[in-house]
Amino acid sequence: MNWHSWSEFFYMGGYALYVWGSFGVTAILVAGEILLLRSHRQKALELALNTVKYGKVKNDENET
Amino acid sequence: MNMTQTVMVLLRRELMLAMRRRGDVLTVLFFFVIVASLFPLGVGPDPKLLRLMGGGVVWVSALLAAMLSLGRMFASDYADGTLEQLILTPTPPVVWITGKMLAHWLVSGVPLILVAPVLGVQFGLSNEALGVLVFSLLLGTPVLSLIGAIGAALTLGLRGGGVLVSLLVLPLYIPVLIFGAGAVDGAMSGLGAEAHLSLLGGILILAFMLTPWAVSAALRISIE
Amino acid sequence: MINRFNKYKYSSPATFYGLAGRLIPWFYGAAALFCMAGLYIGLVLAPTDFQQSEAYRIIFIHVPAAWMSMFIYVVMAFWAALGLAFNTRMSFMMASALAPTGAMLTFVSLWTGALWGKPTWGAWWVWDARLTSELILFFLYLGFMALQAAIDDPRRADRAGALIALVGVVNVPIIYFSVRWWNTLHQGASVSMTKAPSMASIMLVGMLVMALAAWMYTIAAALSRARCIILERERNAQWVAQMLEAEA
Repeated sequence: MNWHSWSEFFYMGGYALYVWGSFGVTAILVAGEILLLRSHRQKALELALNTVKYGKVKNDENET
Repeated sequence: MNMTQTVMVLLRRELMLAMRRRGDVLTVLFFFVIVASLFPLGVGPDPKLLRLMGGGVVWVSALLAAMLSLGRMFASDYADGTLEQLILTPTPPVVWITGKMLAHWLVSGVPLILVAPVLGVQFGLSNEALGVLVFSLLLGTPVLSLIGAIGAALTLGLRGGGVLVSLLVLPLYIPVLIFGAGAVDGAMSGLGAEAHLSLLGGILILAFMLTPWAVSAALRISIE
Repeated sequence: MINRFNKYKYSSPATFYGLAGRLIPWFYGAAALFCMAGLYIGLVLAPTDFQQSEAYRIIFIHVPAAWMSMFIYVVMAFWAALGLAFNTRMSFMMASALAPTGAMLTFVSLWTGALWGKPTWGAWWVWDARLTSELILFFLYLGFMALQAAIDDPRRADRAGALIALVGVVNVPIIYFSVRWWNTLHQGASVSMTKAPSMASIMLVGMLVMALAAWMYTIAAALSRARCIILERERNAQWVAQMLEAEA
């Protein structure tokens, strides 16, 4: 075990800014992407539900 | 009509059209000169620094000028329906596409090659370096037209045109830039430019063989 | 009765939608597990490096992100090629679904590269071959996404994106080679990311586990995004109406 205490762990030998800056930003980006995916899904579901309820949406370029 | 004749006919047509719109050609040339002149204004007139930067600066300016001119390659023909007619002809598309790319280089690439030595002198490049600069541009500018044609074909008729083409095409231009500017550097540092120029030549041959097919596919995607 | 495997079954958006929906939670779960294991190895188990002290721990994110960013681009190009060859909508949708995640991981690799470079080499950015190639890869991802965003017609957007992805993937080795060449010539700032601490095996294990985590996560995110794309494109289809009614 390298760490003798939590504060040692957070201190990261003086490199806390760089190490936690890296892990932290990555965590934020991943969380951000997941949230964006959730909202994308909400919007897509809404769009699909509206289409089902009210029939073909105007300006529908997807004819395939 | 055989293939060379088709290419010749197309070439003549493109050159005639370019002559009618001389302004377009000259603007690209002036852009080349202006951009190259901006660098010393940005970094200061120290001759040693400028000599080190010269090859790279002229090359980057050539890249940007070439990119500016890409919009013209297919846009007007697309707008007036000529492009569709060309696709409908029995000639295989790669043939007349090659003609178009050749014409583009003659109109937008060769002027850069001719003016580059003047810019090189402004950066204090040695005579040998100037020669290498011209030769590297001679090998490299056709590649810029060849690869750029793919970007031009994919973005036909799209809004946001010029910037989008840049984003697509500049990453692909990077090897040409590296070897082109590297050749000039090699000539100045005494390490020799042969390796860079050979690689540039190799890229030119590869691009010449492959890009017409990619452009043909891209045009079909954009038009149908 | 012999069950013949129908390889075209999952190229139908309807079938894919259902399958993907069932798989996504498993992939997120696997990603979480691998991530926890990898973080434990990287942050707790792995010893302090002799030269770089604790700063080296960034490689447990930097290297897996870089590996994945390149892998995803190749997979994208694979789907693009399939789409162009067989004209299957689903292939194109997969390519589009992968791109944002790939771009994100490329950015992570660049960001962590900078944060690793500063304490180790003294500069926020070093123009070494790997980092510079990652930067160009980032531009390739952005170009793909920008091109698709600029085209309204989905069919044209699919195929144009596919073509640029293929042109990109062919160029990646050339770009990488030229950047390596450029870097070795200009040995002035001869710092290199490849001079990582010599790999104790536990460090390698940690990077591999984190790479697995990134891979599982990418699959989950891409499948999820693909499902959204399917809903948007196929919203006029019968099966979508039936599915939504069944769920209501």
